[in-house]
Amino acid sequence: MERTSVPPIHNVAICGGTHGNELTGVYIVREMQKQKMEKAGSVSVTTVETNPRAVAAGRRYTEMDLNRCFTDVLLSSPITESTPYEVRRAQELNAQLGPKGSAEAVDLLIDLHNTTSNMGLCLILRPNRNEVILSVIHKILYFKNNLSSVPVRAIQLDIPSSKAYSLESVGKHGFAIEVGPQPNGVLRADIFNVVKEALDLTLQWLQKFSSGHSFEGGTVEAYTFVKSVDYPRDSAGKATAVIHQNLQDNDFKLLRSGDPIFQTFSGDILKYEGEDLYPFFVNECAYYEKKIAFHLAQRKTYSFPPISVKND
Amino acid sequence: SSNNNNTARFDAARRVAIFGGTHGNEMSGVTLVNLWMQNSAEIQRKGLEIKPFITNPKAVEKCVRYVDTDLNRAFTQENLSATGGDELPYEVQRAQEINRMFGPKGSAEAYDVIFDLHNTTSNMGCTLILESSKDAFNLQMMNYIKKAFAPASCLVLLNEHPLLKYSTSRSVAKHPVGMEVGPQPQGVLRSNIFEAMRVILKHALDFISLFNEGMEFPPCTVEVFRVLERMDYPRDANGNIIAMVHPNLQDCDWEPLNPGDPMFQTFDGKTIHYQGSSTVYPTFINEAAYYEKQQAFVTTRRETLAASAIRKA
Repeated sequence: MERTSVPPIHNVAICGGTHGNELTGVYIVREMQKQKMEKAGSVSVTTVETNPRAVAAGRRYTEMDLNRCFTDVLLSSPITESTPYEVRRAQELNAQLGPKGSAEAVDLLIDLHNTTSNMGLCLILRPNRNEVILSVIHKILYFKNNLSSVPVRAIQLDIPSSKAYSLESVGKHGFAIEVGPQPNGVLRADIFNVVKEALDLTLQWLQKFSSGHSFEGGTVEAYTFVKSVDYPRDSAGKATAVIHQNLQDNDFKLLRSGDPIFQTFSGDILKYEGEDLYPFFVNECAYYEKKIAFHLAQRKTYSFPPISVKND
Repeated sequence: SSNNNNTARFDAARRVAIFGGTHGNEMSGVTLVNLWMQNSAEIQRKGLEIKPFITNPKAVEKCVRYVDTDLNRAFTQENLSATGGDELPYEVQRAQEINRMFGPKGSAEAYDVIFDLHNTTSNMGCTLILESSKDAFNLQMMNYIKKAFAPASCLVLLNEHPLLKYSTSRSVAKHPVGMEVGPQPQGVLRSNIFEAMRVILKHALDFISLFNEGMEFPPCTVEVFRVLERMDYPRDANGNIIAMVHPNLQDCDWEPLNPGDPMFQTFDGKTIHYQGSSTVYPTFINEAAYYEKQQAFVTTRRETLAASAIRKA
């Protein structure tokens, strides 16, 4: 692939507490603020605790999921007395780190999350997959000697730009770091340490990039979202089964037709029917209310070209 | 033998309750009790009234631990006799209602046995919680459950500490039994945890059935872990935590913690070591609900309790 010149990355925002009970991001941001981590070489670093009310309450959100509030419609909706806290907060964050889609938006936005699913460390790209992000992710995924204790993967959720609803879409480039398994309201040191390493690698990449380094091209294997599967439910809408033990904790293990996926409370086993796909977000607590037992993905390989910063 | 003077006699346990949802986001108990309220066939035993009951329905509906205050700390004498009706915190009202239905606590009318079903984010496996080292009935039950569940492990936690013990929902019964299974995140239902709880409860009900039919249980010993001390996170002057449970301690419930072993890791990577004078056995390590109760883990020591033979009166 042909070498690509990319505009400079002057600033990066690292965000935590978008879901108030996902604690790794909260404490990483607080520690970076305590250490006054404001610069990485020539790149300026901003840290933001994005949903402080939810953090204080120890809840995912107070009125509405903040990480669904960054659509163009919600970002431009007029604020009234009945506007949910998280919609107001999204507009504040858009003013501080955006505006989304404009030249003033932060160059790179990284949003830190946890999941109750056994997903290891995932780098989530949505919606844009571009050469910058792929190059950064490539570094995190394939850097030898680091992060070896935890599996690292890339996930790509194909949502068109116009419908992008999550925080990282505010930056010119953005991705989420999603790490599990960690219960809501729990802070695990091993997960904290691994996310800190991933951020250190990202900041190293940024410094090298800004100082003119040329990065080789390559490929990234990513899991792309295909569809989600809900729990079987009764006529009253209550789930009648639990994730089968063969599927529980086996995120990213290929699921084939005939494999058990649910066990009903009366002991019956329900099996998967469909094309071979990779499950992820298996038994994520926050998705019960969104009617999702797990997502299914295909695995695809994305190429990216050699890149370096454009000198203008 | 049946005429042994040292055999403790207890009335048949005719009234038994199974509590779920004392903490509304601990899903195994919520799910099991809801199932049994719809269809109680699985928990029925001859000659025994078994009542499954959701203790904190508002918390269950919101999938939170509690609405106003922790129900599992609310059964103090002060709360149970408080006046104020609707003005009282929701869980205090609930405690009074539960005390009326299943107590009164300390009286002859109280339920014989209450099983209170809980989950923890800690890696505790199956744990039975005992509130008194002198309750021979409960000790014999726990001995029975442990043996029936073997080779899978079911440990006994004894919380008789004068300062650290607390007034639980189950304490309205003559024989309160806590069942704590983890690790499971709040709000999540895991099939392995759900099935394990179902099985230990089955063994418990079998024990009561056998006891009521007149079986004599010979003297036995039971290994327990006795609660010693609550260990909080190191905090700054504003009360914020400044360290996390160390990776070497995380998930190591019931394993020995020796003086000098790593205990906490600060956010900038330093290790804080355990400074106690002897080896202890930590548990409830990194339980989500205990950050606000100033508890990173509790220490315990291992003890062997003796229980006399028991038989129905």
